[in-house]
Amino acid sequence: MAELDTSGGGKHKGGKVRSKKSSTRVDLTAMVDLAFLLITFFMFTTTLNKPKAMNLAMPDNSEIKNQLPVAATRTMTILLGGHNKLMWYMGEAGKSAPTVDGYGPTQLRKTLIENGNSVAASHAAPDNFMIVLIKPSDKSNYENLVNVLDEMSITNVKSYAIVKIMPIELEALKAQGLLQ
Amino acid sequence: MPRVKVARKSTAIDMTAMCDVAFLLLTFFILTAKPKVEDPSKAEVPASSKEVTIPDDNVLLISIGQQNKIFLSFSGTDVRAETLKTMGEKYKVDFTPAEVNRFSNTEIFGVPMSQLKQFLSTPTGDLKSFEQRGIPADTTITNELSDWILTARKADRGLHNQDFHFAIKGDRREQYPAINTVISVLGHQKQFKFDLITSLRKAPSGH
Repeated sequence: MAELDTSGGGKHKGGKVRSKKSSTRVDLTAMVDLAFLLITFFMFTTTLNKPKAMNLAMPDNSEIKNQLPVAATRTMTILLGGHNKLMWYMGEAGKSAPTVDGYGPTQLRKTLIENGNSVAASHAAPDNFMIVLIKPSDKSNYENLVNVLDEMSITNVKSYAIVKIMPIELEALKAQGLLQ
Repeated sequence: MPRVKVARKSTAIDMTAMCDVAFLLLTFFILTAKPKVEDPSKAEVPASSKEVTIPDDNVLLISIGQQNKIFLSFSGTDVRAETLKTMGEKYKVDFTPAEVNRFSNTEIFGVPMSQLKQFLSTPTGDLKSFEQRGIPADTTITNELSDWILTARKADRGLHNQDFHFAIKGDRREQYPAINTVISVLGHQKQFKFDLITSLRKAPSGH
């Protein structure tokens, strides 16, 4: 009654009824396409997910021992202020006027290389490398700190430390309006 | 002259082997892929030219973001369970086994002790809208962050006999005092070496 006539045309009329032999082969193209698409997706998401880091070692300030006297002329102090600006001076605080500088490659990096070279030229080897003191103020942000630490590794500064800022240095920052 | 007939070959290729390889690789990548954990600190890390890769496991990560909120994340489900039990005893909070189990499966959290029970009873689906207040910390020797870190370190030492690798992930706009707090908390525990997580910036070609 309600059956579909699946026989193709009327060719086999009267002949033997044969079941159709269909091929067992499946077209895998679409399946392979999909599989490779997913592989690509998972490959990119797994490998690009690794976090990168820079390592930082803080000085052990719990006990003070084995402190070596160091010539003040070899130290460069960098004060990190607000508004993405910094100040730097060589030697002791208050003796030389700090210079205002920025974080860009043509600013801090150039200064670090120049100062490093002049320290190396004016002191006798092997103690002629520059020592950098990084003093972040409360108005500086994390990116400023990471930028300076990064410059240390780019310019191959061997010896540097993050140190607490002194009141006299805060005054210097305030005078330049970098403490707002 | 008879024409040279080029034999017609079928263009269909047998794709079975290719399909096998493709699915084998797919299975491998799916199984090795780690589900990405939503970072509640939403910290936007600054860029640097260093490219030290931090290890996959045995890491204690302190995230700072969203206006000085501190979030903590450390590896090991057993370490987390042990840490929560010890912290519960110390702060006189009773945690049910269900809560301990839930905490051991929580990758990252940033709530004070007073908010922790509420945090652990929130269904996973609603956690995105749950306002995490951050772990309280200051520069003194005893504060909640310091207790968490110390307890976790003890648990890691007791259970696996190993020491955590410390990492700090800070938002680039975060002010220095917030970073200094975390560094001094670690300093009080005589931990002076840690990794600052940064995104990769191309190093200058020459200078």
